[in-house]
Amino acid sequence: MSILFLTTPEFWFDQIVNGLTTGSIYALVALGYTMVYGVLQLINFAHGEVFMIGAFAGYGVLLALGGQDISGVMIVVALVLALIAAGLASGATAIAIERLAYRPLRNAPRLAPLISAIGVSVFLSHLVDDGFLNGETKHYDQIFPAGKLSLGALNVSYLQLFLMGASLAMMAVLYWIIQRTKLGRSIRAVAESRDNAALMGVDVNRAIVATFALGAIMAGFAGVLYGLFFSSIRGSMGFIPGIKAFTAAVLGGIGSIPGAVVGGYFLGLAETVGRELLNEIPGVNLPNEWKDVVAFALLVLVLIFRPTGIFTQQEGKRA
Amino acid sequence: MPLLSVTGLVAGYGGITAIKGIDLTVDQGEIVTLIGSNGAGKSTTLRTISGLVRARNGRVEFLSKPIEKLAPHKIVALGMSHVPEGRGIFHRLTVLENLYMGAFQRGDGEIADDLGKVISLFPRLRERLKQAGGTLSGGEQQMLAIGRAMMARPKLLLLDEPSMGLSPILVQTIFETIQSIRRQGATILLVEQNAAMALEVADRAYVIESGVITLSGRGAELAGNDSVRRAYLGEG
Ligand SMILES: Nc1ncnc2c1ncn2[C@@H]1O[C@H](COP(=O)(O)OP(=O)(O)OP(=O)(O)O)[C@@H](O)[C@H]1O
Ligand SMILES: [Mg+2]
Repeated sequence: MSILFLTTPEFWFDQIVNGLTTGSIYALVALGYTMVYGVLQLINFAHGEVFMIGAFAGYGVLLALGGQDISGVMIVVALVLALIAAGLASGATAIAIERLAYRPLRNAPRLAPLISAIGVSVFLSHLVDDGFLNGETKHYDQIFPAGKLSLGALNVSYLQLFLMGASLAMMAVLYWIIQRTKLGRSIRAVAESRDNAALMGVDVNRAIVATFALGAIMAGFAGVLYGLFFSSIRGSMGFIPGIKAFTAAVLGGIGSIPGAVVGGYFLGLAETVGRELLNEIPGVNLPNEWKDVVAFALLVLVLIFRPTGIFTQQEGKRA
Repeated sequence: MPLLSVTGLVAGYGGITAIKGIDLTVDQGEIVTLIGSNGAGKSTTLRTISGLVRARNGRVEFLSKPIEKLAPHKIVALGMSHVPEGRGIFHRLTVLENLYMGAFQRGDGEIADDLGKVISLFPRLRERLKQAGGTLSGGEQQMLAIGRAMMARPKLLLLDEPSMGLSPILVQTIFETIQSIRRQGATILLVEQNAAMALEVADRAYVIESGVITLSGRGAELAGNDSVRRAYLGEG
């Protein structure tokens, strides 16, 4: 481990902050995978595109409000409006997907909705890329104040601080809804048993739609945060973050809400810090894309050795 | 008008026709029991009445309204509570959350009062309110299931084998509870394998065999019927 000291503490703090930043995005998106899986045992492969739609909705709002010229208190207003628009657009997209692509297949063999999900995913990403943008990439305006907070060796940009804080707040609200409200209780009841929830008077379809919508709203928020941080957005942008968030959900034990959050941060840290750790080996110099290799290697290993997740007890005891 | 009236009810699963034209009625304030051996179609009858299984034919009227095409949550809203076989406790929800689930359709201000009543009826639940439902013993789960159904203030309570898997003392307790619930004004349709106990508390009874009602009458009358004694009461 002595090789670690060849690089500065600043460098490693940067990696950790970057890992937690992308981890926040993975965590937000992973929630949708895990919640939908919880109620329907369905992997919603179109969830990455729901995230993409949110990114574009937020982009549109920022553009309409003046783009680069947004300043002062308008920045706050613009961010809030962008997040609301993204939540609404993603939520509406997910509700439509559930209604059109999944509900008609509710009683079909498990493979059918999975294929339907992949179809919707491909359709949406191409619709945006080829139908609207002609393959063009759009760029979020950098409206967020530059600058950073420095505490000794630790540097965090204001944008990263906002991203981490906002995502924690969003997840806290979601957790509160799931744990403390009647709607949340009905979602948890449906996740355990659709029939028994129905016998309590729960409208099962409504609870399922609410589950899709809540997960999608989180993904929409994540889309805006992604745009603010990485700037480039396009129709196919949801694919890699989508699979990574799915990986995060699997790491945490799919179906578990706290697991998705922990898995998201874990994956964010593993792929940034993990790549740099490999780079510490003399003669190794992995480019940035190796992040994906680390992340997907983790997915494969977990699916083979701990398919119920690395933080869970082996047999189905989900939080 | 009976509270519940079932006519010519046919239902099943895939290629199986589990009930083949069931007729039965339950009047306001009655305890009616449906007895029969394993696989006779008792649970299917209850599941079709409460909307979990679609009726293929026949009618179900509750409070004079046809309900055979309604979704289960709409039937709950009309005032029917079904405690399914196996109790249907939410294992990952706490005992308190399970009880609140019972009141899911209610929006009135008396839910907390009813919670107090249920807890005084089943004091064992009191110390366990914060525990996960899955950690309760079988008997406690049955109490929770009945208590939870009471939280809906049902006009009609469907109970599917409430004595299943319980010790004789607990079976006694559960049957006493059923009678006290009736005294408070509820009407009960009770499915049981424990025919002796069921016939003792029931005003009327139906016997179901292979999806068809074969006998019906007053509880005491059927308890004295020779074929019932042989088939269901384990007598000679
Ligand atoms: N989900 C199901 N899928 C297929 N067949 C079923 C299903 N549930 C019940 N059946 C069949 O329907 C018939 C009636 O079953 P039902 O559960 O209504 O019987 P029951 O009288 O409640 O029996 P028990 O006393 O064992 O609970 C049986 O032949 C059973 O095998
Ligand atoms: Mg049964």
